[in-house]
Amino acid sequence: MKKAIKHRKSVSYTKWAYIFIAPFFISYTVFTLVPQFLTIYNSFFENYRNGLQQIGPNFVGLQNYVQLLTPDKTGTVDFLKYFGNAMAMWIVGAVPQFIIALLLAVLFTSARLNLKGQGIAKTIIYMPNLIMASAFSMLIFALFSNVGPINKLLVASGVIDQAFDFLSFKIPVRTIIAFMNFIMWFGNTTIVLMAGIMGIDQSLFESANMDGANAIHVFFDITLPLLMPILTYAMITSLIGGIQMFDVPQVITNGKGTPNMTSQTVIMMLNNYLSTSKNYGMAGALSVMLFIITGILSFLVFRTLSKQYKK
Amino acid sequence: MKTTRNEKAKLSLVLSRVLAYGFIVFLCFLCLFCFILLVLMASKSNSQLQGAFSLRWGGNFLTNLKNAWNDASINIPRGMVNSFIVAMTSAVITTYFSALTAYGVHVYNFKGKNFVFTFIMAIMVIPSQVSAVGFIQLAYKFGLTNKLWLLIVPGIAAPVVFFYMKQYLESVLPLDMVEAARMDGSNEFRIFNEIVLPIMKPAVAVQMIFSFVSSWNNFFMPALLLTKEQYKTVPIMIAQLRSADYSKFDMGKVFMFILLAILPVMIVYMFLSRFIIKGVTSGSVKG
Repeated sequence: MKKAIKHRKSVSYTKWAYIFIAPFFISYTVFTLVPQFLTIYNSFFENYRNGLQQIGPNFVGLQNYVQLLTPDKTGTVDFLKYFGNAMAMWIVGAVPQFIIALLLAVLFTSARLNLKGQGIAKTIIYMPNLIMASAFSMLIFALFSNVGPINKLLVASGVIDQAFDFLSFKIPVRTIIAFMNFIMWFGNTTIVLMAGIMGIDQSLFESANMDGANAIHVFFDITLPLLMPILTYAMITSLIGGIQMFDVPQVITNGKGTPNMTSQTVIMMLNNYLSTSKNYGMAGALSVMLFIITGILSFLVFRTLSKQYKK
Repeated sequence: MKTTRNEKAKLSLVLSRVLAYGFIVFLCFLCLFCFILLVLMASKSNSQLQGAFSLRWGGNFLTNLKNAWNDASINIPRGMVNSFIVAMTSAVITTYFSALTAYGVHVYNFKGKNFVFTFIMAIMVIPSQVSAVGFIQLAYKFGLTNKLWLLIVPGIAAPVVFFYMKQYLESVLPLDMVEAARMDGSNEFRIFNEIVLPIMKPAVAVQMIFSFVSSWNNFFMPALLLTKEQYKTVPIMIAQLRSADYSKFDMGKVFMFILLAILPVMIVYMFLSRFIIKGVTSGSVKG
């Protein structure tokens, strides 16, 4: 009897489930799914503005993709170059980001060291993650510009004779952008990895200590292997973030990817197609490529997550 | 023999601690350095900034503030109001609907439940930029540029926030409570609003802060959609500063603009940092 009532009830409640999840799916369909299909659809059309003249839309098949991947006169494929730029700047920031975050996470969670003041330290290192990236970039630009305080300081202290234009050389620009990414993200990674370490069965550490294992062995034999799923998750999401790199190079270089397009990223390229030339065809093809790449990476994240989730 | 060994261990512990503290203090300094410089530079007049570098307080903080606030070309108060409207409503909408969706998936058994959950997890980290072309095209087609609500409403579908809420519900919501409320004859919608939502308050608060911050800092989409001066948000104005003829600018004012852009988030962070940091992890990966 009781079971029957329950059964009847659970049936009548089903409609509520659909009502509750409906807004999410309607919104997702209207603002993401339909635009996503439209983006793919656009990628097969020639559709752009040339001055005041509207060209297309004309169906051109895969021509936009061909154009996107065809080398120009100098033999470079812009899309690949910009993708490479973003990856280069990402890796230069991500390597120290992960090494330092791992080290900090181990230090913060070490029972032997039992460090004080962790609350304040975490508060400070996480702070740059919340700063508006465009404002932080403008700040760094103003500090490092020709007439900015960093140059004034370097000249006054005799390190250099005259102002050095940091922002017109490839290596300094890329280093600055990578460094900013590092500063903005290592705190976040530290906190994520700390939670991962604290989720490891503490008795493993205790027995390792009892066996007299030193800190380095404990790290490589226990912490790192057990932290792998979370570390992988953090690395892939960081990589996806790297592909999306936009705000910082856009503001630092005023959208120009200076010098000589060496700090131009794919999303900056997308932004140019969308804002100036309204080239929906090329922007579409570019987006589809990004969609495929981030889709594969998302699948890897999904796999790590669902493994974690089932546990 | 034993004592020296103990002393040795003690010494190595002290040494490791000193090194660890030194390393941490250095990183904290690295994080704070630029922002300390920012506050100092925002206190200097343009001529002080053109002159030799100094770390002294310039004494022009309030003048710069007044100049920045009343600037003719960059209407920062308007920008802050626009940003605030977008960020605040986004925060409310995103968290409410994510909680609602999570609740729907969590408490009910329905056809497609597993599919729904799997689907949302699969789309979680796909960046919004990859559908931007279609989004922008539709916005132009339907004359929806310069509409702030277009930046807010898509927040109803926020997979990451959903995932956080779902995990939170799993850890805190006793299903008997829902059953009991049903016995009392409450309808499902009221149960969610009056019983479940209050239980979820900590999760809602954390996610409201994160949505607020990410919306406040959002640059890519707003810059493509908001073209009229009176609708621009703060990040667009900051980027405008960069593209303006830099040499003619009052640099004290520029630093003040930057300070104003990051200040609201910094103030929130100062009061709620512990709470925010706790929220960083609990959503992303189960520890």
